[in-house]
Amino acid sequence: MRLALLTLALAAAAFAGAAFAADRYIVVQSTTSTQNSGLLDYLLPIFTAKTGIEVRVVAVGTGQAIKNAANGDGDVLLVHAKAAEEKFVAEGFGVKRFDLMYNDFVIVGPPADPAGVEGSTDVVAALQKIAETSAPFASRADDSGTHKAEMKLWKEAGIDPTAASGGWYRETGSGMGQTLNTGIGMGAYVLTDRATWVAFGNKGDYGIAVEGDARLFNQYGVILVNKDKLANVKADLGQAFVDWLISKEGQDAIAGFEVEGQQLFFPNAKGE
Amino acid sequence: MQDFGAAFWLAGELLVSGDETLAEIVVLSLKINAGAVALASAIGMPLGAILAVARFPGRQALVVLVNSLMGLPPVVVGLVVYLMLSNAGPLGVLQLLYTPTAMIVAQTVLVTPIVAALTRQVIEDMDAEYSEQLDSLAVGRLARIGTLLYDARASLVTAVLAGFGRSVAEVGAVIIVGGNINHVTRVMTTAIALETSKGNLALALALGFVLLTIAIVVNGAVGGLRLAMVRDAHA
Repeated sequence: MRLALLTLALAAAAFAGAAFAADRYIVVQSTTSTQNSGLLDYLLPIFTAKTGIEVRVVAVGTGQAIKNAANGDGDVLLVHAKAAEEKFVAEGFGVKRFDLMYNDFVIVGPPADPAGVEGSTDVVAALQKIAETSAPFASRADDSGTHKAEMKLWKEAGIDPTAASGGWYRETGSGMGQTLNTGIGMGAYVLTDRATWVAFGNKGDYGIAVEGDARLFNQYGVILVNKDKLANVKADLGQAFVDWLISKEGQDAIAGFEVEGQQLFFPNAKGE
Repeated sequence: MQDFGAAFWLAGELLVSGDETLAEIVVLSLKINAGAVALASAIGMPLGAILAVARFPGRQALVVLVNSLMGLPPVVVGLVVYLMLSNAGPLGVLQLLYTPTAMIVAQTVLVTPIVAALTRQVIEDMDAEYSEQLDSLAVGRLARIGTLLYDARASLVTAVLAGFGRSVAEVGAVIIVGGNINHVTRVMTTAIALETSKGNLALALALGFVLLTIAIVVNGAVGGLRLAMVRDAHA
C-alpha cells in the first residue's frame, strides 16, 4: 500500500515537472463555433508547421472568453461580438481589433414548423411569428456572441422574450451544441451559427427554417491582448498568430476549410 | 436507441484499434486522477485519523464540516481554483492555469474531504475496538494513529477508491481550470462533454463506455491488491 502510494506520488511529481517543458506556445481564448465546426483543428496545424508555435485553444462562449482574456489568461482573443470586442480594446485590454472572417446565423426548426416560418428570409418577421404563436424557442442565454446577436434581433422585433421565459421561451444557459441538443429534443426553434449547424452530428429531422437575411450576418474578429496592461502576454508569439491569420496565406487557409463540401467561414480581413 | 448500439460498436473499435488520440487522453486522465488521489490520500488519511483519535473542543463541528465538504460542487471548486491561478489571481505567478497540474489541484480539493471523512469513520470504529489494548500498552498518540492507519489499510482502500470514483467522473472543475485544450489538458470527461456539444452522441457515449471500462480495470486491480493484503495479514 505504502509502496503504491509512493509510486503514485512520484508519478505525479514527474508529471508536474513535464508540464513546464514546452514554452513556444500561446493560449487563444475563442468561441465554441470555431472549435466545434472543426475550423481550428484544420487551421492550427498549418500555422504550427510554419512557425513552430503551438496554439492552445480554450473554447468557451464569447462572454467568458473576453472575461478570461481580461484576466490575462490568454494571448489572443478570437470571438464574434463586435461591440464587446471594441469595448475590450477601448478599455486597454486589447491592442487592436481586426476583422477576420464572417459567416451567418440561421434559425433551425422542426419539420412540423408550428410558427409557419419555414423558407422565410425575414428574421424579424419570423421571430414575431414565433412569439405570436408561442412556438417553443430555445435560447443560449449565456452572454455568448450568438446570444448577443439573438437578443439584438428580438429587440428589432420589438419583443422581450424573457417575459415568456419558462413558457415558450426556454433559456438553456449553455453552449451552442448543448442548446441544439436540448432544443431539438423539445421541438424548439434555435438560432445558431451556420458553421456549428453544418458540422453538428445530432440534427435529427431538423432543417434550416430561416436564412438569408442581412441581419443574420456574423462577423468574427481577432485581437492581440495588450502586454502593457497584462504583463504575462506573449506579445511576439501572439502577434505572429494574428499577422498570419489576416495575411493572404491565413485568409486562403480559412477559405479552404470545408465541411461536406461547404465553405463555412468567409475571410474578410482588410490587412494593415 | 440506435445510438446505444452504435456506441457499443464504436467503443469496441476504439479500444481494439488503439486509437492514438484516445490513448493520449486515457493516459492523461489516469495520470491526473492518480496524482490527485495520491495527494488527497496523503492529506486526507492523516487528517481523518487525527479527527478520529484526538479530542478537542469543536471536534464534532469539524467532523460535520468535513462530511459536508464531500458534497462540494465541482464547478465552484473549479471557479475558485481558476480565480487563484488566473494571471489576475494571487497565484498567477506560478503560471499553472490550463495545465494538468491545475487539474490535479482542483481534483485534490474535491477528493481530500472524501478520503478524510471515510478515514475518520473507519479509524474511529477501529479505535473503539482497540482502545483498551492500546491504552494498556500506554501507546502515544502519534504511534496510536500510525498503528490504527496501518491496521485499517484494507478498509482504507475503499476510501481511496471512493476518491478515485469522484475524480475520474468529474468534469465541471477540470474543464474550467484545464480549458479542455487538445493534446494538453483534454481528458476523458471533457472529451465526452465536447463530443456531446458537437452532437456526436454515439462517440460521446462510446467514450463513456471506455471510461467505465477503465474504472472497472482500476477497481479490479485495487480489489486484487486488497485481497492480497488481507491474506498477508492472516498468514
